Amino acid sequence: MEYKISNRLKMGAIVLVVLGLLGVGYGFWDSHKVNEDNISEYLANEAHDGDHSSAEGHGESYAMSGHSETDSHSDSMHSDQGHDAEAHGSGHEMSHEEHVLHQIHNRPWAALYVAAFFFFMISLGVLAFYAIQYAAQAGWSPVLFRVMEAITAYVLPGALIVFAIALIADKHIFVWMDPEVVAHDKLIQGKSGFLNKGVFIGLSLFFILGWSAYRYLSRKFSIAQDTSDNNSNFKKAFRWSAGFLVFYIVTESVVSWLWIMSVDPHWFSTLFGWYVFASMFVSGITVIALMTIYLKSKGLLQFVNDSHIHDLAKFMFGISIFWTYLWFSQFMLIWYSNIPEEVTYFVTRIEYYKLPFFGMVVMNFVFPLLILMNSDYKRIPWFVVMAGIVILCGHYLDVFNMIMPATVVDRWFIGIPEIGSILLFGGLFLLIVFTALSKAPLLAKGNPFMKESEHFHY
Amino acid sequence: MEASKVIHAIYTDDDVLMAAVKKVKAEKHHIEEIYTPFPVHGLDKAMGLAPTRIAITSFLYGCVGLTVAILMMNFIMIKDWPQDIGGKPSFSYLENMPAFVPIMFELTVFFAAHLMVITFYLRSRMWPFKKAENPDPRTTDDHFLIEIAVHNNENELTSLLQDTGAVEINLVDKEEDSH
Repeated sequence: MEYKISNRLKMGAIVLVVLGLLGVGYGFWDSHKVNEDNISEYLANEAHDGDHSSAEGHGESYAMSGHSETDSHSDSMHSDQGHDAEAHGSGHEMSHEEHVLHQIHNRPWAALYVAAFFFFMISLGVLAFYAIQYAAQAGWSPVLFRVMEAITAYVLPGALIVFAIALIADKHIFVWMDPEVVAHDKLIQGKSGFLNKGVFIGLSLFFILGWSAYRYLSRKFSIAQDTSDNNSNFKKAFRWSAGFLVFYIVTESVVSWLWIMSVDPHWFSTLFGWYVFASMFVSGITVIALMTIYLKSKGLLQFVNDSHIHDLAKFMFGISIFWTYLWFSQFMLIWYSNIPEEVTYFVTRIEYYKLPFFGMVVMNFVFPLLILMNSDYKRIPWFVVMAGIVILCGHYLDVFNMIMPATVVDRWFIGIPEIGSILLFGGLFLLIVFTALSKAPLLAKGNPFMKESEHFHY
Repeated sequence: MEASKVIHAIYTDDDVLMAAVKKVKAEKHHIEEIYTPFPVHGLDKAMGLAPTRIAITSFLYGCVGLTVAILMMNFIMIKDWPQDIGGKPSFSYLENMPAFVPIMFELTVFFAAHLMVITFYLRSRMWPFKKAENPDPRTTDDHFLIEIAVHNNENELTSLLQDTGAVEINLVDKEEDSH
């Protein structure tokens, strides 16, 4: 069974990339129309327009934002340090105008970063899932290995893109990369042993190297196993997978601190790494299911039966609940104890991101819970596709909720910069994944569990 | 009673049993009951038994549990005596909901699990001191038994069952009170 990337798909992906680039370009152009010279004028105009954009209550929430900032300054235990409770800006001398200007300028960067991380996390989640299937010697999944391998082809480019955006965006996303902020901020100074560019670059590159090395090796062994007359390649893949899982769980945790949690350098949470893991794991599994259903509908995966779809949907269901468990555990522990320095994280989110923050819980928990609970529904492709699309949108929102409140605070919107970034990386993802898919037969036929997997029945 | 006589065909292998069930079904004989020492995968399908609805009952019981939890805590914590306990907001249920979620979850699971188990016991008529309905004690160890009602077709049935590899075929007078 060979797959050949169709011209339509290729063109579609390229169109997405081009549209995305236009959107991203527009985002940067649009945000830089506002600069130090005309910011006061811009704000004055906005205050006027605020009346008719009542849905968001811009003018009002804007005034409140100024308030709550001063409030949290004085409430904060470290107010004498003069650091910014919103983890943003550079010292307390900063004027309101300057503050807003930063937020406006951060937006296209943050939009780009959110989308880049979202697509990268899908492929890293699939890589972890793939390694687990090997290490657990799962009997049902080998028919899906080539689909998983194709998705993991995005790990290396995706990770490099996220890393590059992080470095280029610099203080637009990570305030601790701004030496001026650090100079005024005792808290960040205390963390500078970890939060500094050297560590950031070194660790990131080391992690990217590790993930791609495993992806390269496991792919190599999987291809070699196709034509081999013994199981030596499978055994090697098994050992590497077990080792990779140990490496993965450590690096995934650390990378979630570095790439995501450090956007709020004053805040920390111990289960954050797990939380990000659950998000990437469920998105990854969902994409495996969507791609499998797509390829099967093309008649390319005849050896995949509805029991495989059922199992994938079961994983989507289970890990969605796992994600919710972690989301809630993190939220409830902080809400319950209500310690000011921790709770600001959720105060910002509930005050300015009410809809995305609680909307994602509905999309990532309530919807899949009700849709995927029934065993029969899990076998119906369009049901799984529908649930999958909602789950993916929900996890985009999840990343959005992690990055945006720290970078643009109340000036968020899902508009052209955000959608453009999604199109850009979505197109790139499709292009890379489907190109990788056409490079090998769709059935990893040398796998010793293949026969069991082909006859898998639940 | 017409069907007071039944045939007990005994097998010693579950694969042979499955083949026999398919053959008996193909010949359009009604199988009263099958006794096995362990679950035989696919036996219910081969017999044409309707799928169980116990998962649906469990879901509904879970909904009941969730409702009980919400009503209970809303009454106790919000309506009846809304105290300020450690600064927790008790003005409305929603405001204090995160604190109630662990109980909501546990009661949902508790109701779903226990009521489903009780439903299972009721529907399968199981209780302490119940007289075991076992026609042959060997079926709890290593034998499989198919029970087919006889309607004056004893010889035909016997030869059919013999063909399917039964190791033993008995004609039994059935007691009326069994179900």
